[in-house]
Amino acid sequence: MASEQPDALLQIEDLHVSMGDREILRGVDLTILEGETHVLLGPNGGGKSTLLNTIVGMPGYRITQGRILFKGIDLDDMEIDERTRMGIGIAFQRPPAVRGVKLRRVIDVAAQGQLDDAAIGQLDEELSLGHMLERDVNMGFSGGEAKRSEMAQLLAQMPDLALFDEPESGVDLDNIAVVGAAMNALLKGEGRISERTRAGLIITHTGHILEFVNADVAHVLYNGRLACKGNPLDLIEEISSHGYDACVECKLCQTFS
Amino acid sequence: MPDIQLSPAALERLEEIRLAAEAAKDKPAALGPDIDITRFTTVSEHDRIASLDSLQRQIKETALMSGFDTDESNRSASYFQLDRSPIYERVEKAFDNAIEIMSTQEALALYGDELIEKYWWRAVDPGKDKYTALAALHQTEGYFIRVKAGRKVEKPIQACLFVSESNVSQNVHNVIVVEDGAEANVITGCNVHTDVEEGLHAGISEFYVGKNAHLTFTMIHNWAEDFSVRPRTGIVVDEDGVYVNNYVLLKPVKSIQSFPVAKLVGDRSKAVFNSIVYGMKDSYIDLGSETQLIGEDTRSEAVARTVSLDESTVYSRGRLVGRTNSCKAHLDCRGIVQSEGSTQWAIPDLASEGAPGAELSHEAAISPIAAEEIYYLMTRGLPKDEAVSMITRGFVNIDIPDLPDVLRKQIDKAIEETSKEAM
Repeated sequence: MASEQPDALLQIEDLHVSMGDREILRGVDLTILEGETHVLLGPNGGGKSTLLNTIVGMPGYRITQGRILFKGIDLDDMEIDERTRMGIGIAFQRPPAVRGVKLRRVIDVAAQGQLDDAAIGQLDEELSLGHMLERDVNMGFSGGEAKRSEMAQLLAQMPDLALFDEPESGVDLDNIAVVGAAMNALLKGEGRISERTRAGLIITHTGHILEFVNADVAHVLYNGRLACKGNPLDLIEEISSHGYDACVECKLCQTFS
Repeated sequence: MPDIQLSPAALERLEEIRLAAEAAKDKPAALGPDIDITRFTTVSEHDRIASLDSLQRQIKETALMSGFDTDESNRSASYFQLDRSPIYERVEKAFDNAIEIMSTQEALALYGDELIEKYWWRAVDPGKDKYTALAALHQTEGYFIRVKAGRKVEKPIQACLFVSESNVSQNVHNVIVVEDGAEANVITGCNVHTDVEEGLHAGISEFYVGKNAHLTFTMIHNWAEDFSVRPRTGIVVDEDGVYVNNYVLLKPVKSIQSFPVAKLVGDRSKAVFNSIVYGMKDSYIDLGSETQLIGEDTRSEAVARTVSLDESTVYSRGRLVGRTNSCKAHLDCRGIVQSEGSTQWAIPDLASEGAPGAELSHEAAISPIAAEEIYYLMTRGLPKDEAVSMITRGFVNIDIPDLPDVLRKQIDKAIEETSKEAM
């Protein structure tokens, strides 16, 4: 690898994934370099969440062909927690409630005990966690609370690759701004552009989150394949005026792989 | 019994108790396996000790497992009974005028008429079954604790009932009186020596919570695999009084059956039952509680968390009986069965007796830990076994106020071990 080129953090090659008997991903190729933020668009049922769940290693998602390399290492057969410790993190769209396990405890786990009270105080301030810290994680959380809780856990973990499953769904505008700011802090940090190494992959339906987070490139996942790639804002505009069916046929998709 | 001067009324009452017990001598309990009580002899007597320091090391360590602290710095008063003898009782100087602690025999000698009139077999029926009869006819002491009116004792009072012999029965009769406006926090541990094999503990406990008084009673059971346990407990709560019962069972036992009954006679009185139960090995565990909501605006809440393993059988019962229109109560019992050899029953039971306005509700569930919760914590970097252990700990980690650190640690440790076993 040439040293002036950013390294490939995630390389997905010809990935086919089935759930039960149903093939959901049918040959996905995707490379995310260090410092890049990608957006994943596409209709419901197109396989966006399947792709994220397969990357983190959720059981039930069976790779029938192809592979996923993270930092050059094949993730096949690696447990969820091993992938997490390698530097993959995820903010779920609808995280499950865990009775009796406080959000503060989960933040400690995500940070591997590296956060002191001051750091947790800062997270609290940025994401207005307040009493949520002492509540059972996701138990009775509102839409906005659940997203802020997920962001707090990711900020505690500071993964090299952060996956976001619809960070703006079910969230009001105020909360989108808070979540967006946290995503920026995670992905862009304080340093100069050339020093950024953290990468992101964001699933979004509406593109609202892109008003707060700059993304480098967007893909449309359609019928189990990445059908189209382009400038995120252009693609979203195209999709909102003409729909996905027209989009995947259009001229914007010159770089179709 | 020492020579006691009693009034004719008290003597008459004792005779009534004796007759009721005689009549119930062979009466099996309504719940739980029947025990042949003739197999056991009565526990023996021991000499008194000057300080808890002089207890055998092994006794000390076993007692500590149930929250009894032989270094008494965090306790306001202590009572230690070895087999049938109260060998130690002491009240910290600061609480000299607030707390009385002694064996029930001593209390009968001191306050015979009063004790018999107000508290002796008033909350538990001596004719209930053969175990109440056994304790009534062959009592082997037990503790009497009284907290004086208006005195708020924050530091826990501790009592330990210890069995060091095999093939005996310990038949204690305990009385706790928290007078009007007083507050107390009592921790009792029942233990058997590690060498003890078979045995029976029949414990009668009668608690009286006065007007605007508050009693938190925490019991940690630490029995042996061949030990049978039949406690019989009655609680009476007066106006604005609060009774909180915390129960923890983390060790195997041959069989235990207990169903304390709280009578909320005073208006605005309240009872709370929290329990954490681990069914291990071939334990037969049948536990529950009943609250009778009698006074106006009475409240009750019972929370039970049960994890059963190995070949254990666990019944988790809860009964709420509403007898007034303005009462409200809720039961919450959840269980996890972690072994194919184990059986668990959750039996919530609600009754409104002529109280159309009573609001009684329950949630009961027996279900495994959800896989998605395990995966969720794994995405935060926890290996699977640690995720399962954290969720199990969370499951049983009901908010028990005033639980001493040593108990919290003890519970955590047991949960840690059992969740490893279950993997």
